[in-house]
Amino acid sequence: MSEVTTTVDEATALLDMYRQMAIIRRTEKAAYDLFLAGLVKGTTHLASGHEAIAVGTSAALRPDDYVFATYRGHHHALARGAPVEACLAELMQKSTGLCKAKGGSMHLTHAAGNMLGSYAIVGAHLPMAVGAAWSARLRGTEQLAVAFFGDGATNIGAFHEALNLAAVWKLPVLFICENNLYMEYTPIGAVTAAEHPAADRAAGYGLPSYIVDGNDAVVVRDVVAGAAQRARAGEGPTVIEAETYRHYGHSRTDPGSYRPADEVERWLKHDPIDVARARLEALGVTPDAIRDIDDSATAEVAAAVAGAKAAPAADVAEAFTDVWADGGAAWRT
Amino acid sequence: MADLSTITYREAVAEGIAREMRRDPSVVCLGEDIGAAGGVFKTTAGLFAEFGAERIWDTPISEQAIVGAAMGAAMTGIRPVAEIMFSDFLACCWDYLANEIPKVRYMTGGQVTVPLVIRTANGGGLGFGAQHSQAVENWALTIPGLKIVAPSTPADMIGLMASAIRSDDPVVMFEHKGLFASKGPRPPEDHVIELGKAAVVREGTDVTLVALASTVPIALAAAEELAPEGISVEVIDLRCLIPMDLTTVLASVAKTSRLVTVEENPHQAGWGATVVSIVVDEGFQLLDAPVRRVTAANVPLPFADALEDEVIPTVAKVITAVRSVVSF
Repeated sequence: MSEVTTTVDEATALLDMYRQMAIIRRTEKAAYDLFLAGLVKGTTHLASGHEAIAVGTSAALRPDDYVFATYRGHHHALARGAPVEACLAELMQKSTGLCKAKGGSMHLTHAAGNMLGSYAIVGAHLPMAVGAAWSARLRGTEQLAVAFFGDGATNIGAFHEALNLAAVWKLPVLFICENNLYMEYTPIGAVTAAEHPAADRAAGYGLPSYIVDGNDAVVVRDVVAGAAQRARAGEGPTVIEAETYRHYGHSRTDPGSYRPADEVERWLKHDPIDVARARLEALGVTPDAIRDIDDSATAEVAAAVAGAKAAPAADVAEAFTDVWADGGAAWRT
Repeated sequence: MADLSTITYREAVAEGIAREMRRDPSVVCLGEDIGAAGGVFKTTAGLFAEFGAERIWDTPISEQAIVGAAMGAAMTGIRPVAEIMFSDFLACCWDYLANEIPKVRYMTGGQVTVPLVIRTANGGGLGFGAQHSQAVENWALTIPGLKIVAPSTPADMIGLMASAIRSDDPVVMFEHKGLFASKGPRPPEDHVIELGKAAVVREGTDVTLVALASTVPIALAAAEELAPEGISVEVIDLRCLIPMDLTTVLASVAKTSRLVTVEENPHQAGWGATVVSIVVDEGFQLLDAPVRRVTAANVPLPFADALEDEVIPTVAKVITAVRSVVSF
């Protein structure tokens, strides 16, 4: 695991992670409220509660490393630098949306930050991450690729094909499972022949694995840093199972009533933002300084909401752009 | 001495790939048994010897990993050429062809490109039965966002392979199993055929036959047999399904006033239905007879040669169709 040099550096690093988590939390709340107000259409899969996994991982990556996420991917786009307003504008079908309003909530992508997409077919992006890692090796860049996925994805074939190929080719790829205990509405344990759906499968492919507290950004950062170091050194992939919990339901307005009340309460008391705040206070950061960050995150997201609301609607001409690399959509002469 | 002026369709696959690998170091191949083994159809023979293990990668039997990894590599600076051994196996990784590869550029608002080629051995004639002999080019045609190439000659294979690999768009390359042993002239080093340009491979005045890959020689044979009857048949090799060169087809129908498509894919949702719909829509006034489609029947492909012949297009079936539109 990577060493943290000094308390001052650690406080600065953690403050930055806290700031990012505060922004993600408020962005997700805004997305939820905008959905209820009828301004966000289609569907959303909110990541409130999962923030530490995105932010902790990003803190351990190089800016040019590749990230592939799932349809629950707002936090990963934001953690890799996607502007809040562009993300919300995408959800609100605005022309200023991150993907020109052609992707929507499930496909947030910020290629400028090498966040190469959010994919809504479960497990499909794991082989893609393997391919990006293969590409990095072919080009000799020492970049690595990260695939974030849910516990449900561990039961689909692409997960197993990806782990095997990555192991055989010893590629610089990290498989990070956001285990929030439920595949949609069903407890993952009820449909999985392994106690730890991702980590227990790693051994079958000869891969090292870790089970960590996904609600502690520092723990996530440190385990990812160690795995990244191994990957860059040519020692191959690592499987990380980060345990976490959704604060909202699976999607849209799902109340998540299939989850026992005491379980929900236990996890809400282990909120990743509270965990980070406690760590900051232990490092001597004052409550005022933390409140300043909270206030500035609130203001930033409020401004983003206002900006997205004011933006023009999707340009209908964009329906016929971006099919082909030449920018067009012509299929015949 | 080896005849260097000709080349087989099978050899043309490897030759086409090799020419691009020599000019562009970002071209890399992956697939099952494509390395030292040279491919189950020997269509990658010689590539491993010339380019080595860092550019020719043997994979496990993991179609999703093959095509998914090709996609990830294509998005990050590599031009992968992925082999799916039999086109029937595309079903094992169909998510990537249907949902991922053709859509990622569009749904990200143009943030990424996917310059890859998926090569696959397609079609019948070798008696491999229902799961190894299908012509499935119409599967790909249902998906906006894929370019689709199906060469009929060794020279076209090389020229179209060059364009497919150089394309910044995803291309599915259907290599016809029944044509692997066929021979033709070896094209010059700089031979490149633009995607979406059909070829008029035989000129005629009475009927237009539109064919693709294995049905091109069938259409040509039918045209030859019909000539003594005074029926002049024009044969168009479509070469690509996307982009589809309907300009060439409509120009031919303007001359002949009659159209027959010759397709190895099943009748239901076969590519000829798209050709016909456009010709009828935009060229109705050009037609002097109903259009006909010679296709595979809507049954799984049978094993026995006699049964297979009963189901897929043959010269006799094309001749019958042409006579029917001429005598209308």
